[in-house]
Amino acid sequence: MNKIFEIKDLSAGYGDDIVLRDINLVVNDLDFIGIIGPNGGGKTTLLKVILGLIKPYRGTITFYNGRQQKKSENTIGYLPQINQIDLRFPISVTDVVLSGLMSKEGLFSRYSGKQRKHAEDLLKQLGIFELRNKPIGGLSGGQLQRVYLCRAIVSSPRLLMLDEPNTFVDSRFENDFHKILKDLNNKMAIIIVSHDVGTITWYVKTIACVNRNLHYHPTNIITQKQLASYNCPIQIITHGDVPHTVLEKHKL
Amino acid sequence: MLHTTGNYLTNKNTGNQVKMTELFFELLNYKFFSNALLASFFTSINCGIIGTYIVSRRLVFISGGITHASFGGIGIGYFFGFNPIISAVIFAVLSALGIEFLAKKADVREDSLIGIFWSFGMALGIIFIFLTPGYAPNLMGYLFGSLLTVTSFDISLMTALTIIVAGFFLLFYKVILFIAFDQEYAKTHKAPVQFITYILIGLVAVTIVLSIKIAGIILVISLLTIPQTIANLFTKNFKYIIYLSVIIAFFGAFSGLILSYSLNIPSGASIIMSLVCAFIIAKLFSILVTYIKISKSVLLLNKKI
Repeated sequence: MNKIFEIKDLSAGYGDDIVLRDINLVVNDLDFIGIIGPNGGGKTTLLKVILGLIKPYRGTITFYNGRQQKKSENTIGYLPQINQIDLRFPISVTDVVLSGLMSKEGLFSRYSGKQRKHAEDLLKQLGIFELRNKPIGGLSGGQLQRVYLCRAIVSSPRLLMLDEPNTFVDSRFENDFHKILKDLNNKMAIIIVSHDVGTITWYVKTIACVNRNLHYHPTNIITQKQLASYNCPIQIITHGDVPHTVLEKHKL
Repeated sequence: MLHTTGNYLTNKNTGNQVKMTELFFELLNYKFFSNALLASFFTSINCGIIGTYIVSRRLVFISGGITHASFGGIGIGYFFGFNPIISAVIFAVLSALGIEFLAKKADVREDSLIGIFWSFGMALGIIFIFLTPGYAPNLMGYLFGSLLTVTSFDISLMTALTIIVAGFFLLFYKVILFIAFDQEYAKTHKAPVQFITYILIGLVAVTIVLSIKIAGIILVISLLTIPQTIANLFTKNFKYIIYLSVIIAFFGAFSGLILSYSLNIPSGASIIMSLVCAFIIAKLFSILVTYIKISKSVLLLNKKI
């Protein structure tokens, strides 16, 4: 497995508030990592550090060039929390999706027919093709989430990062959504932030719990006991046949 | 060729037989009028484009701040005896960049900063104008707009700005749109977010100052917001808002110009009156359209039942 990036002894935060302390993490191609943890524990901060939006106070994050990749090309497809954007901004669904090709295309050029076709195919795949010319202000939360997923994957990134994508997903779409992520995982690594521990353990391969520190579990099975051991105030919901295994306790 | 006689024009108030179109062609032969028309044309393009960026990004308040801060530059120009527009451009651009920069780095809230720059510029302008010996000619023109006193120099500045603004938006349209929509996401694509944002706020400042001759400091914000608001009633597409705004702004400036000339009132006020009228008509029209659409679908529903 090729490494995508490696985080070593990294601390980061805002002003004098250190949100993340001495984090270590390696992400490889085709990983599927679920990040869980309490609100304010630093999940989103971790994503922003990986994206280069926040400079770490200490420690390093090193990216490794994988398959032949131009330097300008973006490695990461990012799906932010959708409450961050201005819904009255006059922009159409297709334009939002095409903005995911920004770094591939440089500053001047216009989009080719092929790229438009690719964007439209993605919209079809996610069942929102008929919305392509609508302004984003006219969409529901679930539809918007799908548009954002299209934007995140339109450039076929090496790594897809999703920040709380379940928040607005209706239950009808939820199953499809998980299937789509599974398919995507055949082509790219995925990091998904979620507060819904019960559901994500179904489909991720490994789990990282972020609560100021980071604990990495090379498995998708997690128990209430474990959560308690690093002060994760999260309720675990048991789904029918999920086997529960008690892992070794962390030595803190 | 049309012949113009002074007599003919002075008759305009008494002679009802002089039609509007004739009046227009008569006026065209006057330098001040063709200048005013050219100024309206270029200002409409500048304000149509820049205003769309302002409205979409909700920068109306910062634009108001920059407008009023530029008065400081006008005062300095009067005091030191050079063209107030030039010093206003410099002052406005520095204020705009100052607000942007300090809001990011100095940990002061942006709207508070705008309030400071807004009043600081006005105060500086007032001080310098009072210190200037004699009376300040054309001061009213800067406050309320005086389209009929636009000079050829003003027009060449406006033309240059139109070339820069239109060129910038044509070349970088995609990036401008994406950065304006979602700065953080654009940063994850290594887009030059800071650079483009600073250039745009600079262009906002220059556009405002060069439009002051048309609508005046107090009223210029209308040229940057009313056309866009009207356009936004009919389209939610950034590009189409630009096109429509340019047309609406020109309509407003043109009818305002005629009104200003025939009633001898400041052009800023007459332009805004026509724009506000257009806005009310457009709003009523869009309400009517929605109403018709709703009653049609209700009718359809009733038929089905």
